[in-house]
Amino acid sequence: MEKFTNKAGSAIVDQLILAIQENKQYLSDIDGLIGDGDHGINMNKGFTLCRAELDKNPGNLSSSMNILAKILMMKIGGSMGPLYGKFFKAIAVALEEEEEIGIKEMGAALKAAVDAIASISSAKVGDKTLLDTLIPALTAYEKAQAEGKSFTEALEAMKFAAIEGCDSTLDMVAKVGRASRLGERSRGVPDAGATSCRIILETVADKTKELLNN
Amino acid sequence: MRKFINDPSLVVDEMLEAFLIAHSDLVSATDNERVIKYKKAPIEGKVGIVTGGGSGHKPAFVGYLGRNMVDAVACGELFSSPPAQMFYDAAKAANGGKGIAILYGNYAGDNMNVSMAMEELRDEGLEVKTVVANDDVPSAPKGEESRRRGVAGEILMWKVGGAKAAMGGSLDEVIAAAQKAIDNTRSMGVGLSPCTIPEVGHPNFTIAEGKMEIGIGHHGEPGINVVDLEPAAKVAQRMCDVIIPDLPFTSGDEVAVLISGLGSTPVIELYILFNDVQRILKEKGIKIHISYVGNYFTSLEMAGATLTLMKLDEELKTCIDFECDSVGITQFQRT
Repeated sequence: MEKFTNKAGSAIVDQLILAIQENKQYLSDIDGLIGDGDHGINMNKGFTLCRAELDKNPGNLSSSMNILAKILMMKIGGSMGPLYGKFFKAIAVALEEEEEIGIKEMGAALKAAVDAIASISSAKVGDKTLLDTLIPALTAYEKAQAEGKSFTEALEAMKFAAIEGCDSTLDMVAKVGRASRLGERSRGVPDAGATSCRIILETVADKTKELLNN
Repeated sequence: MRKFINDPSLVVDEMLEAFLIAHSDLVSATDNERVIKYKKAPIEGKVGIVTGGGSGHKPAFVGYLGRNMVDAVACGELFSSPPAQMFYDAAKAANGGKGIAILYGNYAGDNMNVSMAMEELRDEGLEVKTVVANDDVPSAPKGEESRRRGVAGEILMWKVGGAKAAMGGSLDEVIAAAQKAIDNTRSMGVGLSPCTIPEVGHPNFTIAEGKMEIGIGHHGEPGINVVDLEPAAKVAQRMCDVIIPDLPFTSGDEVAVLISGLGSTPVIELYILFNDVQRILKEKGIKIHISYVGNYFTSLEMAGATLTLMKLDEELKTCIDFECDSVGITQFQRT
C-alpha cells in the first residue's frame, strides 16, 4: 500500500507556494486577455503571505493547508480568495485526523474540496471556470481508484485529466464571472482560474508521487 | 489611458489616504487601512450600518459614511470584492452593541466574502444580519429577482437603513426597513463608452462608435441589447419602459427618483434625462416625492447613466427625508 505521512505532506504546500510564485506573471497575463488581469497578482499575494505564516508556524499537511485556507479566505478578495479558501479548508479538515495518507484518504479529501466549491458557486462544467479542471480531475482519480489502480496511477490520471480539462476551456465561451461580458470573444483563451487549478493539481500530483517514492 | 494617477497599483490606497484627509470632519481611519469609518462610529446603542465592495464607484462606497448613514466601509481593489477580513473589521468598527446590519450588493465575490466574515462574527457572539441589494432589472428576468445585481439603488437602501438605525431601530427593524427599501426599488443603466482599470491599461469591453448599450451593469456586465444612439427622451422612455412595469409602479404612487452618472457623463445631460423621466412619470400619474440627480454611483470613467425609482410608503418616506450628512448626500430635515 502506497502511503505518505501527514507530517511529510507539508512539503506539498511548500511546493504549491513555489508553483504559484513562479506562475504569477503567466496567470496575470492570461487573465488580462479576457478578465481583470489580476489573478496572478492576487494568488501570489495569498500564497506568499502563507509562506511567511508557515515559516513562523511549521506543521503537517493538514495544518499547513488550514493556514493557507485561512489566508486565502480572509485576506484575498474577489471570488478566488473564498473559492480556493474553501477548497484548501476542506482538504485540511478531511485529513486532520489522518497520520498516514493513501489513495483512499486523498480521494476523500479531494471529493470534499470539490463539494466545498460547489456549495458556494453555481458554476457548472462547461462554463469556463476552474471547475472545468477540477471536476474531470476528480472523476479520473475516482475512476482509477474504483478500478483498483495504485495511488501513483490515480495521481497520474488526475494530473492528465486536469491538463485536458484546463485545455478544454480554450474553446469555451465564458458563462459566469467578468469574462462573460466578452461572449464569443472569450473563446480561444484558457480560463485563468482553470489554469491556476491545473497548476495546483499538477503540483499536488507530482509532489505526492515524489513523497511516495521516498 | 489619460488619467491623473501615479502608480496604477496604488490607485485605491492613494485615494483612501486623500479621502481621509479631505473629509477628516466626517470620516476616520481604522486599524485596517482598507476599512474607513464614520468619525463617531461605533455609536453606543445604535445598530451599526456596514457596507463595502470593489472600489471605482465614487462617491460609493466611502462617500456614504456619515451621520445617520453608513458607519463603516470595506474597500476592495478596483471592481473586486473586499476579502472577508475587511468586512469583518468593518463590522467590528461599526459595532455599537446593538447589532450590525451589512447592506451590500448582489455580486458573487461579495456574497462569499460577507458570508465568511459573518461566520467569524457570529462565532464571537455578535448579532449580524444582511440585506442584499438586487435593484438592477436588466440583470435577470422577473421571477428571478434574487439573481439581479445591486446598483445605484443601494444608496437608497443605505439612506433608509441608516435613518432607521439613527431613529433607534432594533437590528430587526433596521433590516426590515432596508429590505423593504430595496424590494421597492428598481434600476437600469445605459452605457455610452467603457472604462479602464489602470493596472490593466485598456478597456476590458467596448461599445462601438455611434452605439449605446441598454441595461449595462456597473462593471460593464452585458446589457439587454446594443442600439444606435438616440435622443435623451427616447433613452428615458426605454428605461421607464423596463423599470415601471417591473414593480409595477402605478398611478398614485409616490417615488424617489435617482439619476446617477456612470463617471464621465456631464451632469447637464443627467438633468436632460431627468426632465424626460419626470415627464413620463407625470403622464402616468406617478408623483415624485424627492429627486437626486448627479454622480452618486459611478463606474470609473464609463459614460452613461442609471435611473433608479423607489416606491415610497410612510415609513420609507420618513427615512428618506431624515437628516443626514455624508460626502455623497447631505440633507436637512424637510419641513
